[in-house]
Amino acid sequence: MKDYTYDKRKYILAGGVVLVLAVYIIQLFNLQINSEEYKNKADSNAFYKKTVYPARGLMYDRNGKLVVYNQPSYDITFVPREIKGIDTLELCKALDITLNDFHERMKKIKDKRHNPGYSQYTEQEFLTQLPGEEFARFQEKMFRFPGFYVRKRSIRQYNYAAAGVLLGDIGEVSQKKIDKDSYYRRGDYIGTQGIEASYEEVLRGKKGTEVLLRDARGRIQGKYRGGELDTLAERGRDLTLSLDIELQELGEQLMKNKIGSIVAIEPATGEILCMVSAPSYDPALLTGRQRGKNHRELTKNKNKPLLNRAIMGTYPPGSTFKTSQALTFLQEGIITPETAFPCSGGFVFNNFKLGCHAHSSPTQLKPAIATSCNAYFCWGLHRMFGSSKYSGTKEAMDKWRDYMVSMGFGYKLGIDLPGEVRGMIPNADYYTRHYGNYWRAVTVISISIGQGEVTLTPLQIANLGATIANRGTYIPPHIVKGIEDGEIDSLYLTPKSTLVDHRAYEQVVEGMRMAVTDGTCRAANIPGLDVCGKTGTAQNKGRDHSAFMGFAPMNNPKIAVAVYVENGGFGATFGVPIGALLIEKYLTGTLSPESRQKANDIQNRTIYYGAEAR
Amino acid sequence: MEQRQDNIIHRIDWTIIILYGMLATMGWLAICGASHSYIETSFFEFFSQEERSGKQALWMGISMFAGLILLCIKKHTYRNLSGIIYIATLLVCILTIFIAKDIKGSHSWISIGSFSIQPAEFMKFATALTLAAFMGRRGFNMKDNSDFMKCVAIIMLPMLIIVAQNETGSALVYLSLFLVLYREGMTGIFLLMAISAIVFFVVGIKFNEEIFENLPLAIGPYAVTVLIQVFSIAMVKFWCKHGRTFIVLLAVNASVTLASYWIAVYLIGFNIMIIQYLLLTFNIVYLLLRMRIGKENSNLWVAIYIIGAIAFYNSCEYVMHNVLEKHQKVRIEVLLGLKDDLAGAGYNVHQSKIAIGSGGFIGKGFLNGTQTKLKYVPEQDTDFIFCTIGEEQGFLGSAFVLTVFVLFILRLIKLAERQGDIFGRVFGYTLASIFFFHFAINIGMVIGIMPVIGIPLPFFSYGGSSFLGFSILLFTFLRIDADRDGR
Repeated sequence: MKDYTYDKRKYILAGGVVLVLAVYIIQLFNLQINSEEYKNKADSNAFYKKTVYPARGLMYDRNGKLVVYNQPSYDITFVPREIKGIDTLELCKALDITLNDFHERMKKIKDKRHNPGYSQYTEQEFLTQLPGEEFARFQEKMFRFPGFYVRKRSIRQYNYAAAGVLLGDIGEVSQKKIDKDSYYRRGDYIGTQGIEASYEEVLRGKKGTEVLLRDARGRIQGKYRGGELDTLAERGRDLTLSLDIELQELGEQLMKNKIGSIVAIEPATGEILCMVSAPSYDPALLTGRQRGKNHRELTKNKNKPLLNRAIMGTYPPGSTFKTSQALTFLQEGIITPETAFPCSGGFVFNNFKLGCHAHSSPTQLKPAIATSCNAYFCWGLHRMFGSSKYSGTKEAMDKWRDYMVSMGFGYKLGIDLPGEVRGMIPNADYYTRHYGNYWRAVTVISISIGQGEVTLTPLQIANLGATIANRGTYIPPHIVKGIEDGEIDSLYLTPKSTLVDHRAYEQVVEGMRMAVTDGTCRAANIPGLDVCGKTGTAQNKGRDHSAFMGFAPMNNPKIAVAVYVENGGFGATFGVPIGALLIEKYLTGTLSPESRQKANDIQNRTIYYGAEAR
Repeated sequence: MEQRQDNIIHRIDWTIIILYGMLATMGWLAICGASHSYIETSFFEFFSQEERSGKQALWMGISMFAGLILLCIKKHTYRNLSGIIYIATLLVCILTIFIAKDIKGSHSWISIGSFSIQPAEFMKFATALTLAAFMGRRGFNMKDNSDFMKCVAIIMLPMLIIVAQNETGSALVYLSLFLVLYREGMTGIFLLMAISAIVFFVVGIKFNEEIFENLPLAIGPYAVTVLIQVFSIAMVKFWCKHGRTFIVLLAVNASVTLASYWIAVYLIGFNIMIIQYLLLTFNIVYLLLRMRIGKENSNLWVAIYIIGAIAFYNSCEYVMHNVLEKHQKVRIEVLLGLKDDLAGAGYNVHQSKIAIGSGGFIGKGFLNGTQTKLKYVPEQDTDFIFCTIGEEQGFLGSAFVLTVFVLFILRLIKLAERQGDIFGRVFGYTLASIFFFHFAINIGMVIGIMPVIGIPLPFFSYGGSSFLGFSILLFTFLRIDADRDGR
């Protein structure tokens, strides 16, 4: 019965079966043990890591007034694949947009050039930053629009329409930043300017994640392992600004219809009390749905409201700079307080003449400061550069430069705001490159009166005021005085000294006091406040710039101010009264009725600037 | 009556019953895992459309009950009824084509109430029985062309009908019955041809573009020439009586191949493909010389095989690059894993590999699979059921399932071999072949080394007809095995 001829074939068949088993087990080994690839892919399939956004830190002013806070806003998103068959017209009505808007928006979303992340299956942003009341209207009808989702975010709100350029704003993070910092994901917000940018890491807090399970159709099926792997969001830390927001408001009002800058510093701490860059703008313009449009308009404005002139604008300091010359000459022993120079309508040397206005002659140092005598400081520099103390003009020049740098000029002061510039203090090399070896004091004489190659930022001028008020030291100016659960940078706690000792400073302080009581700054003479000041009228291609630098009270000063009004004419025209009003407001907490009247006057005075971009 | 029942219990093979029980249990648990979603909990909702495990449990009960009845029918009854069963099932299958509703293009389901039945699942049983009865007849001779063609007809007829039902995958299963014919004496040339053609095609095309790490040479063509040497020398070993021919060929081919490879890599680079072709030429010449001297005709066939193989491989390449349309070429490339087609057929396999691969060594635990729970793998409770096991039970569990399955098949071969007659043996091998084909194709597809052919994994894939059909096959064979001593 049995056929043994083909009996051995059972081994071939059974062998084939075992061979297949072996191959399959090897493949299982490859898939399950040898490779991490599939595990990662499985995780990215199934886990939807939903980001929980923390509330951004708030900002208070130095008196505890809330300046910046958050308000919930809503992003409307949709998944393209899921919205087939919705009533478009109804949707437009609910969102208060036109049908045309709808189609244009859709076109833009589907355009891969504008929206490289487009996919039929993932959430796309339809409308962002919808305020609460608009969202409430939409929410009632939302059930009629399947495929549309809501993402809660928050936007910034402001209690004061001031300090826009200081506070800065937040916007969507750029791809460049995402590549650099793995914290950020596409669509996150980041501080882009001002304090929002420089204190981003403090304000942003920490994002949390919820690990959710997502099925093959993208629907969320609940939390993975009951939320065991979720991380909580940590809210951002609050900041206390050194600003006095009311002083800031007053400053911005006074600078209306003018271009320029005001900086006020508390001398003892380096804290910035107000920092105005005019023209200014309401920070609320750069939040919410209108941000894009408003930002474009501010960018296009030829007067550049987005430029913080207080730290980004460089100007000739004019006569305010003479104080630094007096300090240098005194310290170097070039002059003594009693040294007098003649002034017959200016500084005349060989064929060179630099004019001055009428005042008694000859003058000593203090009256020279009080009357802002050009000749005095020209002679001072001339004598210094000719002094046998130095091997020659170049050494004298570099010595001079060292003094200037020690006072915070020529380099960034290191304020905690982005974009500060360093200004210009020339050195010997600089002139040698321009004039060869044949330059002398008279060639560069205008630097002694804050003209020529010298430029400072308004912040540096204010810092000069603070340094004089402190009689020779300053703390680098800063705008944040406190961080919740943290400390400000030690840079802002450590005083720096200039190369000049306090005895010289006393002379200059007295000179500046004399300018207020008896000189160019008489408009700043507020009874009882002991204001010290120095005007500046910086020569310019067009009309002169009007500047003022001062502090008060004379002893134990509380505030140092610099005012700089482009094309404002004499320092006494705009600089002195604006500075005086700020000092009065800050020291007395209010303005007297006459001062209020004066403030209104100044506020209503418009300086006309040409049509050309600045 | 009492006596006979008792005997049956002692005579049936309990090993295969235990293996069957293990597979059925593991299969049911896998369906629990695959159809379970995060919200539902009960596994015994018998008529629920959502929770399929309940319905499957019901079908398993029905199948086992049917199995008990089948155990009561004697072997010769099966043998006598085979023709009628075959013809009746064929007619039902033909009828199905016309009355069945169109389900995704397939016309193979008949609905009765809330249950659907797929008659084609029972066709395997009818065909197996008929094939066994036909080959078990007195005077049947495999070498007789007419008998052989009748066997082929018994196999091909149901295949054609099932193709007409648009169930190509199920139809291909019948090809596995040629393994039975091979066991019963059909020449192995057909199998060898089929296997070498597939191997040469797959290896040649798949590695056509890949270059050796240390030689400027494509792996595909080189591997094919080596494989031709291996196959042809194996043929010489099995078929040609002259032992020296085999030893000479083996020695020359092995030494020259290894030496030329070594020289090319370590001494001086040259194109070793030339050596390979010279070797093949040498083999042909040597075989023909030996044929004249030793009067061995089989040498001629081996020589022809070598020439044919070279011609086949080169024509494959030609067809692939010059004849096939672009989309056809893409399909083949996707199948060979040369390209990812994540939107089309490749999606299933890609997701299936992710699910299995994410299981790791010990798996994520019963009902803890994320990929299967969240429905990332389509057809995960039917054709792709093995994913659930791979993901939830890991390498340990899935290798265990495969091993049990193979033990089951090997046990079937063993039982088939112990039959007293050809009817029993053929029937046993039919089972083994059908289970093997389902196993090899289904698992191969799910782990991404076989093309996507939609056939179920017996006892695992959800589906009542399929479970019942396989159970009928098994229990019938159990009774035939119990009656093997001629009772």
